[in-house]
Amino acid sequence: MANALHIVVCAGVVPDPLQTLEPVTGPNGPGLKSEVVLPATLDPWAASALYEAANLAARNPGSKVWLVSLGPKAKLQQVMMTVAQKVPFELVSIDGPIGGFPDAHSTAVVLAGTIESIQGLDRTKCLLFGGWESATRGAGVTLQLIGERLGIADQFQGVDQIDLRDDGSFEVLERVEGGKHQVSICAGTPAVLGWATGNLAEPRNNPQVGMANMRTIMPALQKAKPATLPANGLHYVSVSLPKQQRTTRIVKDLSPDEIARELVEWIGAE
Amino acid sequence: MTMESVLILTHDALSDENRSDRGAALTKASLEAVTAGMELAARLSAPLTIGIVAADPKAAASTLASTGARLLGVSGDAFAQARYASDAAACEALCRAVSASIVLAPASSRFARVAAGVAHRIGGFIDTHITAIGGTETVEATRWFYRQRVEAVLRRDARPWFLLLDAGTHAAFAGAPGPAQVEQVPVELPKLRTTVTGLQAPAQEAQTGAPGDRSSSLGWETIRPDAKLLFVAGAGWTKKQHDSQVHAVEAGELILGFLRLAGASLGSSKSLVDQGGEGQPVLPFLSHMNQIGQTGSTPRHAKGLSTCCHGEEPHVVGWRFIAERRAINLDPNCGWTRGKADVVYIADAFQVMAKVNALLNAEKA
Repeated sequence: MANALHIVVCAGVVPDPLQTLEPVTGPNGPGLKSEVVLPATLDPWAASALYEAANLAARNPGSKVWLVSLGPKAKLQQVMMTVAQKVPFELVSIDGPIGGFPDAHSTAVVLAGTIESIQGLDRTKCLLFGGWESATRGAGVTLQLIGERLGIADQFQGVDQIDLRDDGSFEVLERVEGGKHQVSICAGTPAVLGWATGNLAEPRNNPQVGMANMRTIMPALQKAKPATLPANGLHYVSVSLPKQQRTTRIVKDLSPDEIARELVEWIGAE
Repeated sequence: MTMESVLILTHDALSDENRSDRGAALTKASLEAVTAGMELAARLSAPLTIGIVAADPKAAASTLASTGARLLGVSGDAFAQARYASDAAACEALCRAVSASIVLAPASSRFARVAAGVAHRIGGFIDTHITAIGGTETVEATRWFYRQRVEAVLRRDARPWFLLLDAGTHAAFAGAPGPAQVEQVPVELPKLRTTVTGLQAPAQEAQTGAPGDRSSSLGWETIRPDAKLLFVAGAGWTKKQHDSQVHAVEAGELILGFLRLAGASLGSSKSLVDQGGEGQPVLPFLSHMNQIGQTGSTPRHAKGLSTCCHGEEPHVVGWRFIAERRAINLDPNCGWTRGKADVVYIADAFQVMAKVNALLNAEKA
């Protein structure tokens, strides 16, 4: 139990990546058309963080994983039906708005406050996980802000790997420019890790894990506290879909030799 | 209108031999932020200060001599490493020394790691992935939401306002170097618990989920942010071809050959990268780092050539910032190419790329 970890994973729900999105502006600011009925999924990079957290917890007896999620209760419940079958965790839910347009600073205030109030969480053993960017706002700032609010001064972003050592220190691989990883050694918890893809495949659904998780998920959803997210002086001047539509030339009747010549000429042109 | 003041945060190119911009006093992304900051300060008639985070900021300062800006720097061995605790302390000290209302910084991995934390420490707010700064009476910033699928222009009343600029959105500052005075800003460092031990190429086994040998057996990198051309490989490369056989080895040779000859950077669809974890044929030099699209990167290159990609919206997302786009595809009705690519060649990519490589080889010879 020397390396028992308390891992808190922050993960939002996002529209399924294959859905067509159309922005609309309502009385509360911008949003997505039919946002409430769009199929939702756990944020992809945050999902990587959850799977890595569960894997790390499984290899370090005495560890525990909390999944902290802010979103409309109904959406959270829908997404949890699938996520609960993947890995063991305890859900801590907050009933709040969905989407990429609320201010990240307000989101961080709510999430940090919620984490501070988690019963049994030992913050000296804490690893704060999440996606390094969401698929909604994609700002890559919320985890940092939560970390600052929790007083965590060792933070890593774009993480693909963590290797925990017997002495409690760990090695982290972070994505940096040029398709490389920066390798760092951290003395130990607490730390913030914003995950990229990681190394783990999505776990198969396990009904037994799902049953165990659902015992805590439904009460957590019922207890979810409502949260409002102030705009903090953020104003949207415009929100729109990209208008760029290209005129595509379809070339069907050229031989491979002719295409190759055309491509080489194009590649070499300034 | 409130009088604004502008601070540009920059950092030097770390000395690690693997850095693509090693030896440069400032990173290219930092110099792009300098251009953006100078334009903004001129438009607002605002005082301009440039802060430099470096072990020794003198060389960087001399490259900024012709900006006419006030130059501040932090120095010391602690800043030779890109690490949250020391970099956040350095940026915080620079911000406190200036009390600027607008802080611009490049969205490099180094500053993206710390900028939000610094904004919080000085009571500010931050917006990232900024692609343009405009406005007439006010400052307005453009950025994308939902992974480059929705574009928004926003402004904030609150100050200080941090804006992290995406790379490739501004020209790099290229003024003549000269003697420059850099004011040293003291930094109170916290206890440092993290040590950076270096950089490394992604694991060859990353796509199979087996950590181990972390060295690149190619001896060169397939991801080249400064390349003019992005070559995107789709899952079709490892599917059965017209002879009902898989030709993954040949596909790998053709792709690597092209990257070498054209100096291109390699991107991949998620489906191709994921195949390794699903026991299907793989291109062994690909990792998740090559992935573009929803769960990958959205690189900026002048040109893009897509091969054997299928037609999903995430692929379009990955191509958002590619200026000229061509594709080789067997399917003339592929949905994503129409209206997204400039030219689509309906052809067998194996045959075409073999011919392209032969022509490029002949040119080299």
